[in-house]
Amino acid sequence: MAWTWFHRLGSPPYIYSLAGRLTPWFAWPTALLIIGGVYGGLVLAPPDYQQGDGFRIIYVHAPSAWMSLMVYTTMAVSAAVGLIWRIKVSHAVASACAPIGASFTLCALVTGSLWGAPMWGTYWEWDPRLTFELILLFQYLGYMALRSAFDDLQRADRASAMLAVIGVVNVPIIHYSVIWWNSLHQAPSVMKLARPSMPASMLLPLLMMFLGFTLFFVTVLLIRLRGEVLSRERTANWIREALAR
Amino acid sequence: MKELSDFFDMGGYAAYVWPSYALTLIVVVLNVVWARRSLSRSREEARRRLAMRRSGGGET
Repeated sequence: MAWTWFHRLGSPPYIYSLAGRLTPWFAWPTALLIIGGVYGGLVLAPPDYQQGDGFRIIYVHAPSAWMSLMVYTTMAVSAAVGLIWRIKVSHAVASACAPIGASFTLCALVTGSLWGAPMWGTYWEWDPRLTFELILLFQYLGYMALRSAFDDLQRADRASAMLAVIGVVNVPIIHYSVIWWNSLHQAPSVMKLARPSMPASMLLPLLMMFLGFTLFFVTVLLIRLRGEVLSRERTANWIREALAR
Repeated sequence: MKELSDFFDMGGYAAYVWPSYALTLIVVVLNVVWARRSLSRSREEARRRLAMRRSGGGET
């Protein structure tokens, strides 16, 4: 009885219609948070005492980097759930995550490079943080390539899930890289909530961007998930129902 | 007017700040476009599957 909600989450027709109904509820807050965050970051926040206006790249760089790790973790967890309990919807979620994560990983790398150029004097350095983030991009691309190499969807699901789960070791490596190694990359300045190193007018837009990007991920994931679920379904009745809407 | 050109100048970091924001905007927009396209492609494909079944593929 208490488990019915869980079983329903594994049911493709239910997920298809639920995702469709939820999408606008995530899309609108996403838009407001990102617009507010960009305005706050570009206009309201004061220039940094060391980096001047150059620090404003943080408002797109840090949330993109957060996306690269958070999306991968989501992908690996749902892939693991799909492997262990053989839930098709979980594999659909994992597969929907990959292109989103890959694009934001690329975005984190390029915006980081554009930030590094004036501050470190170089666009690229084989620094642990940067190198492992680049590896993460290849992991996403490898995951997508592996999926498309199979004709059989079930085999694609299982093989790519295995790859996603193994690759999750890179997530803590990236996160702790600036602490474990003597890195060029600066240590996290946001997560020290007890003693934040930023004034509120700088920090608040950044938090809005983090939340906005996270909700953006959910929004795009919901849209992609509907497509994934629909393309996996072979039962005529509910496809007819789904298309009618 | 002076204020606006100061804003676009980004304290001399314009060449780094604006491309970063532009790229992020592109990534955000493309994510929406790609996701919607993949959904409509799946709907299209499902519609074809349904039509094929109706025109005499034996299963239900």
